[in-house]
Amino acid sequence: MAQAAAVATPKKPPRRRSATPRRLPYLLIAPAGLLMLGFIAYPVISVFYYSLQNYNVTKPWRNGFAGLDNFKRIFTEDDQFWTTLAFSGQWVITQIALQLALGLGLALIVNQTFIGRGISRAMVFSPWAVSGVLTSTIWILLYNSSTGFSRYLADAGIGSYGTSVLSDTGTVFWAATVAELWRGVPFFAILILADLQSVSKELYEAASVDGAGRLRQFFHITLPHLKDAIILATLLRGVWEFNNVDLLYTLTGGGPAGETTTLPLYVANTGIEGHDFGYASALTTVAFVILLFCSIVYLRLSKFGGEK
Amino acid sequence: MTAALAEKRTDTPVSDAPGPPAPVRRTKRERAFDDVPRWQIYLPLGLYLLFTLIPFYWMLLFAVRPAGSTSLVPWPMTFDHFDKVWNERSFATFFQNSMIVGVATLVATTAVALAGGYALARFNFRIKGGFMLALLCSQFIPGALMLVPLFEIFKNLQLINSLVSVIIAETVFQLPLSIILISGFIKNVPVSLEEAAWVDGCGRFRAFCAVVLPLLRPGLIAVGSFAFVHSWNHFLFALMFLSEQDKQTIPVGLNTLIGADSVDLGALAAGGVIAAVPVVIVFAFIQKWLVTGFSAGAVKG
Repeated sequence: MAQAAAVATPKKPPRRRSATPRRLPYLLIAPAGLLMLGFIAYPVISVFYYSLQNYNVTKPWRNGFAGLDNFKRIFTEDDQFWTTLAFSGQWVITQIALQLALGLGLALIVNQTFIGRGISRAMVFSPWAVSGVLTSTIWILLYNSSTGFSRYLADAGIGSYGTSVLSDTGTVFWAATVAELWRGVPFFAILILADLQSVSKELYEAASVDGAGRLRQFFHITLPHLKDAIILATLLRGVWEFNNVDLLYTLTGGGPAGETTTLPLYVANTGIEGHDFGYASALTTVAFVILLFCSIVYLRLSKFGGEK
Repeated sequence: MTAALAEKRTDTPVSDAPGPPAPVRRTKRERAFDDVPRWQIYLPLGLYLLFTLIPFYWMLLFAVRPAGSTSLVPWPMTFDHFDKVWNERSFATFFQNSMIVGVATLVATTAVALAGGYALARFNFRIKGGFMLALLCSQFIPGALMLVPLFEIFKNLQLINSLVSVIIAETVFQLPLSIILISGFIKNVPVSLEEAAWVDGCGRFRAFCAVVLPLLRPGLIAVGSFAFVHSWNHFLFALMFLSEQDKQTIPVGLNTLIGADSVDLGALAAGGVIAAVPVVIVFAFIQKWLVTGFSAGAVKG
């Protein structure tokens, strides 16, 4: 964010005549730079600042500088931090692995030429436009224990009545996972399909002439070509799946019994419902550092270890 | 739309080579390259289509089915649920608020990102690298975790309970990706086209409007639609910055229905349909640009 700070104070180059293009790029990025400075950089700095404070609107008498107390509390006293962190990891890894597998498969299929491709693409991509809250709405209707899908299965002799997969600790993870996959896979597939279309046809023809089958073509041409796109898509989606709270907040509310509370959801609950802004800010700082660290490690590993 | 995409395809010989027809007999190898067996396309696609479409059908079914019915065919149809949600649960107001937020975010994001994207695509300037890095870094910052400082900022600006706060927040979080996307599109427009216009006596601005802007239309539509869909869908900022009910947006309204003590499934489904209609229309309109939009901008950077 330090870089963003530089945006607002462009150094004026020595001016000669009117409207020299030297000043133009700074004028052009000024609106974006100022907005990001005011509403991203400044809040980020505030979060770091609050993380060193006791800042609880329900206990104003003991607010003030706290030093590293909040961080000490996170790492030594707070079991919930570790639980939610572990769940975040489980959630992100499951989502990314399944979204990548299904999205890649879907992209390969709709990249073929077949009758009805246009309409099929439109239909399988359509959940991309749907929000987390709307996804929750739809799957709440499907999972409802008395009128949902399970009732019709039970009527047909499969399973039993009255089980809501969202209130059972054994099933809630997969219930939420399926709901998120429903809308996550299309986005992944769109990103991969976009890159798939730039693979040179000649490569496949040459490989085909050399006697490579479709499977070998896939592993030796398609996958290496897609590597960068897959790395980028995985990273962006991973960060997004970690950060996003809309779906779990509305589908499970983090429950049952805290079973589906991710770290950001825990932070939101601490800050907004618990009014403990200082502690929530410290949690935010830790979450941000973890995310940045994982992203850097991931980029390093994929760049050096992923040669095909 | 298939025609437009078919031109872009490079991986199968079908759409290319309009010249002489392909030789009648091909070797086994060539056939293996050309033809994926049809069942390998239609079977997995069909299964995935079921997974995609059944939930949509389910929502529609619950929305138009009379309360208490368990029929899987929505007949006879009723619009009572819509009437209730629209009038009694003030979805009419929510809808209007969401529209204002969506359109304002679309306009603001596109305009600001167009300027920034042009600067990145066409100029070298001292803080360019830093600016790019800031754009990328901002992707790691969770909006949900910045609610508290953002709330304080908007409180100081006296924008709490004003749609302006949500519009600003949505625009800001939409900007980084939009700038990167648009600069990708602008890079694809040859500079020589602009230079030709300068030679003809146009200023930079006029040359941009006359030459670059028309070629950017698909990119602008993609970026604008993302901005609209995102702000239409996003939930947390509206939930936090707008506490008065007549200022709320559709996702918050839906969440209220979910959180109701006894969930009225018919009303919830009808609310969901109302929430889905605008984004579905936008999606139908942009989906042929969606793939090219990403290949031009995001993936290739």
